Amino acid sequence: MTAAVALERVSCEFGSGPNRVRAVDAIDLALEPGEFFTLLGPSGSGKTTCLRMIGGFTLPAAGRILIGGVDMTMQPPYARPVNTVFQDYALFPHMTVRENVAYALMVRGTGKAERERRADALLDMVRLPGLGERRPAQLSGGQRQRVALARALINQPQVLLLDEPLGALDLKLREQMQGELKALQKSLGITFLFITHDQHEALSMSDRIGVIDRGRLEQVGTPRAIYDTPATRFVARFVGAANLLDGEPARRLTGHAAALLRPERIGLANGHDARATGTVTDVQYYGAFLRVTVDVGGARISADLAAAGALPEPGAQVALRWDAGAVHPLAADAR
Amino acid sequence: MAVALTWPPPPTRFGLLRRVSDRLYRTPRLLLALLLVPPLLWFGVFYLGSLFTLLANAFFQIDEYSGRVVRELTLKNFAALAEPANLDVALRTVTMAALVTLASVGLGFPVAHYMARHTSGATKALCYIAVMLPLWSSYLVRVYAWKLLLAKEGAVSWLAAQLHLGWLLDALLALPVVGGNSLSFSPLGTFVVFVYLWLPFMILPIQAAIERIPSSLLEASGDLGAAPHETFRSVILPLAWPGVAAGSILTFSLTLGDYIVPQVIGDSTLFIGQVVSLQQGVAGNIPFAAAFSLVPIVVVGAYLWFVKRQGAFDAL
Amino acid sequence: MRSEAKRAPLGLSIAAWGGLAFLHVPLALIVLYAFSAEDKSYVFPPPALTTEWFAVAFERDDVWRAIGLSLRVAAWATATALVLGTLAAAALARTRFFGRDAITLLLVLPIALPGIVTGIALRTGFNSFEIPFSFWTIVIGHATFCVVVVYNNAVARLRRMSPSLVEASMDLGADGFQTLRHVIAPQLGSALLAGGLLAFALSFDEVIVTTFTAGQQTTLPIWMLQELIRPRQRPVTNVVAVIIIALTFLPILAAYALTRRDEPTR
Repeated sequence: MTAAVALERVSCEFGSGPNRVRAVDAIDLALEPGEFFTLLGPSGSGKTTCLRMIGGFTLPAAGRILIGGVDMTMQPPYARPVNTVFQDYALFPHMTVRENVAYALMVRGTGKAERERRADALLDMVRLPGLGERRPAQLSGGQRQRVALARALINQPQVLLLDEPLGALDLKLREQMQGELKALQKSLGITFLFITHDQHEALSMSDRIGVIDRGRLEQVGTPRAIYDTPATRFVARFVGAANLLDGEPARRLTGHAAALLRPERIGLANGHDARATGTVTDVQYYGAFLRVTVDVGGARISADLAAAGALPEPGAQVALRWDAGAVHPLAADAR
Repeated sequence: MAVALTWPPPPTRFGLLRRVSDRLYRTPRLLLALLLVPPLLWFGVFYLGSLFTLLANAFFQIDEYSGRVVRELTLKNFAALAEPANLDVALRTVTMAALVTLASVGLGFPVAHYMARHTSGATKALCYIAVMLPLWSSYLVRVYAWKLLLAKEGAVSWLAAQLHLGWLLDALLALPVVGGNSLSFSPLGTFVVFVYLWLPFMILPIQAAIERIPSSLLEASGDLGAAPHETFRSVILPLAWPGVAAGSILTFSLTLGDYIVPQVIGDSTLFIGQVVSLQQGVAGNIPFAAAFSLVPIVVVGAYLWFVKRQGAFDAL
Repeated sequence: MRSEAKRAPLGLSIAAWGGLAFLHVPLALIVLYAFSAEDKSYVFPPPALTTEWFAVAFERDDVWRAIGLSLRVAAWATATALVLGTLAAAALARTRFFGRDAITLLLVLPIALPGIVTGIALRTGFNSFEIPFSFWTIVIGHATFCVVVVYNNAVARLRRMSPSLVEASMDLGADGFQTLRHVIAPQLGSALLAGGLLAFALSFDEVIVTTFTAGQQTTLPIWMLQELIRPRQRPVTNVVAVIIIALTFLPILAAYALTRRDEPTR
């Protein structure tokens, strides 16, 4: 099956002379049609650059970009069957909401009555009926975001690019939009490429996640795979809280040269099943759970315990237990 | 929730414009060049070309008999610049420019300080417009207004008479270098008009500089025990200095190059601008005029260099 | 910045308001003089007030010719400055390239250097290539120093415009020309109008460079200058002065209002 979007050894560089930096370093990526793919990474990791190269706003220094199997590496944005929801929404301030949404049809010569009809249909779809005559300045952040979405969808693109679209929204609104975006994508069947640095967002919305750092793809997989079996230390640390064990403590506690142990998989031992004992150094209250840091023979281990029943105090001696399957071995390299 | 998008997507357009757009998008340097060519061409030909011919002419000389410009390189013009009469003119102009600058600072600083720290909201906007208004009126009209004001039977004389200060006025006019027949035909009058003309140019940068001082600094100064005048001297004045320097660039260079005010308000003593104007006009001695006009350029250049080190460019 | 201003010491207030008065009294007097009935009209206080001099001024052909010439020169100079200034602004707004600062300096130079230098440079330039002085040499001089005024306004607006607007337009299918027409031009509109108004006022008022680049032509400021040196009918000069104030003051006020109005929406 032809990939919806394929990047073949794509690189991008910025700056000149001694300041030249590789924002994206020979990345290979393939998105399947109709999937919700998230590119997850910290600031400066190159994820936005990848999105911009797929959208056509930045031209790559090397490699090929194929959309729907067609080489579009050097095509301007207006020639690509791709549309974008920008981080700052980029709504045209001098046009009404309806004119914004209908813009793509206007520049392609669709008649006024027809494009207004379609724009209104899309505004209904994003649940902003009747706001067609307003100006962007009169809308709230959440409303502007939906208008940006409607505007990008009116052209029925093959791929929709979303550049951290939920970053400016408050938590409750963000969670609500997450659900709506996911449902929208499912019903439309369009391939979504979603950019974010928020791992919770990525885990909850995506069919697959690509974790990117410093211009390189660290791992591509389902949310479960990324979380349970991270390929590198970076992925292990970036997605979810992690206890990363090396050297002597790793061998003593897990039998591997290096290993990952998630705090939520650790519990208090009640007798014979203790795998480690140590002194509590720190307790943090998170409402739903307690994060207890325990010094186990020189190594620091965090355990997430239910905040009910007897709560351990700093200085107390505790015994910890975990299942064998909770341990995920890692490569013993520096990363 | 979703309405399925059922209509077929419209076809994309093709054509010459689209291909040009593609080309320009892929080679942004080409677009840049196309944008820059017309203005650069204009400025290169008309402006830089003219400046170059001016510079070249400064090294030519005029044939005394035929009045034509002889295109041979010579330094005679620059030698002539060193003659006492011309040095006199240059010195006089630079002195006037310096005095005008000092007076502008003296008059303008209180206004700027007041505007920045003691007005707010509507009053401040009003003051701002009040300072800008004269700038927006015609330069010549403002000179003309002063000509009328300074005339023998004009408003200033009337005011002096009303205040019984007529004797003071006559005494000033009797002064050797700066006096004259009447205020409107004297270097003193010229000085007053220059200050009037460029005052807004001095007020605005100083006001901007003072406004940039965070009030927390002034509060801290008072908090640490400084009296208001000490705060002024140690905190406000140093921080406002770049604004003063910026304003002084304008007053200095504008005075240096002006030939209309000395001609209209002054007496027969000459300033640089007048010499240049006369030499290239009546005397037809363009090479000498060109050489003389380099003097203000050099002086302004030196002044700019000096003032840049005072931080003026950050305050413009 | 304080939200309320504190009371100023008395001396400072007097000095400040005195300074402001100093700036405005001469212009107020000129307007007063335009209505003065006295022939030697600088007599103060004016013995009587009348509007007859306005009628006399309107009869004077040379005044009308000068006004007409100034308007035509200003129109051409503004049009040229709008084109060149906008092109330069589009090039310099966001792209970084070698020589960018030098070009900015070049654009500012005609206004930064004393008028006499620009004037005599242009004059020697035209002389050297044996170009006769005419309406068009005046326009060339004016356009050259008006460019920077348009450039400043245009570049400020372009830099305030979010770059993602252009990208969004292209993303939605508009090529460069369509984006220019539908997105960039509306954004630039009022900035260009303000720049154009400023350029017009600048050109209309300019005298120093004009005297060097004119042949026999008399623009309004040149007319004024001649009156200053060899007065004919002072009262008529007063009336013309008031007309000039209005004709230069109004465009600048409009430009100021335009640029102030756009700032809060950003």
